[in-house]
Amino acid sequence: MDFPAFLDQLWLARIPLLKGLGVSISISFLSIVVGTVLGVFVGLALTYGYRPVQWIVRGYTDFIRGTPVLVLVLASYYVLSTVGIDLGPFQAGILALSIFCSSHVGELVRGALQAIPKGQTEAAKAIGLTFPQTFAYVLGPQALRQALPAWVNTAAEMVKASTLLSIIGVAELLLRTQELISRTFMSLEFYFFAGFLYFVINYSIERFGRYVERKTAVPS
Amino acid sequence: MTQTLLEIRDLHKRYGAVEVLKGVDCTMAQGEVISIIGSSGSGKTTMLRCINMLEEFQGGSIRIDGQEIGYETVGGVRRRKKEKEIARQRAMTGMAFQQFNLFPHMTAARNVMLGLIKVRGMGRDEARSVAEKWLDRVGLLSRMDHYPGQLSGGQQQRVAIARAIAMNPKLMLFDEVTSALDPELVNEVLQVIKGLAEDGMSMLLVTHEMRFAYEVSTRVIFMNQGRIGEEGNPREMFVKPQTKRLAEFLKSSSFN
Repeated sequence: MDFPAFLDQLWLARIPLLKGLGVSISISFLSIVVGTVLGVFVGLALTYGYRPVQWIVRGYTDFIRGTPVLVLVLASYYVLSTVGIDLGPFQAGILALSIFCSSHVGELVRGALQAIPKGQTEAAKAIGLTFPQTFAYVLGPQALRQALPAWVNTAAEMVKASTLLSIIGVAELLLRTQELISRTFMSLEFYFFAGFLYFVINYSIERFGRYVERKTAVPS
Repeated sequence: MTQTLLEIRDLHKRYGAVEVLKGVDCTMAQGEVISIIGSSGSGKTTMLRCINMLEEFQGGSIRIDGQEIGYETVGGVRRRKKEKEIARQRAMTGMAFQQFNLFPHMTAARNVMLGLIKVRGMGRDEARSVAEKWLDRVGLLSRMDHYPGQLSGGQQQRVAIARAIAMNPKLMLFDEVTSALDPELVNEVLQVIKGLAEDGMSMLLVTHEMRFAYEVSTRVIFMNQGRIGEEGNPREMFVKPQTKRLAEFLKSSSFN
């Protein structure tokens, strides 16, 4: 391996690589945020919704979770346009990943809420709290702690899934890397480099999760 | 003439096909301390939980201070009251549970303050001073900034009682509050309840502590198979049970 040559090429390609990194981070960030917000509602519907609502939402999560992310990405790009919804690759990708993320977060939220002992809700009712109050002050904060480690996992999955948008032509980090490799033929070096960047993103997310966990830990 | 606080008429409760309460009638005056005893499955806890609508009930009525709890009959149709109204009615009673059910992510003080702020509409400082007063009353002022996980079972239960009492309920419901405690922690909780009884708090206690029921109650209700089997003042009931069923129950519960 010719290290100085690699550094040369890396320097030359710094702008497109940085842009790619930025796009990857934006995709991940947006889909995690949108997916989490949606997912909380999905989780609430799964736990407290009326029966018909539960069935519909259950169908939604089972269907989405049973579908490969790549299929979701391709579908939202190619299929939606046939019914007149024309999304750019970036928007279509965000849509697919957000939906994917929401079904996973929905399950996390449901699991976390159901793991809280029934006595908590009863105690909250007994002092006269309404359900929204019970959720806001008693159930929500406990579910948050419960769901946090798994949520960090999901967030890391979303970063990895963002690479799939390269298939529909979103110029994120992987696509930029592949373009670079087709020009320089330094496949080992640049794949390794891209892998390293993904690792840095995910490691940061994991550290952040740990930090929040420590901050919100309940003394016992 | 003392004022009627609680009036239960012909209370019926079913879980599916199983009828657990088969028509309970009970009237309680202000300041009474009533112990509800009976074997498990007799419906005593269920009856208590109907009073603050933790259980739905299918027939009969419960009134606290003249207010019909949980249901209203409009045009001959019985229907559940609005959730908000039920929440308001629940705040008329306080409840302590077998499993304490403290909120684990809040300190003892914040456990007590939550209802004061959100339901009673107090400011933080006022709520804090009320919480201080009641935690002091149950002997836990020095522990007020501890989390439930840092407290013993007996201490947790005392915080839970403080949390309920601080709301200034008209009626306190105690659901087997000492059943989950180590024997040496039972007494500290019973002392707190005894103190409240001496203050004239109206209380309904579901309990297995026969000696305690005998000592604090103004009246004892013996539940048997979803009905009130026998009731009366503790001296008469424990010493001279009228029904065979109560005599058997007392014999097996080692009251002597």
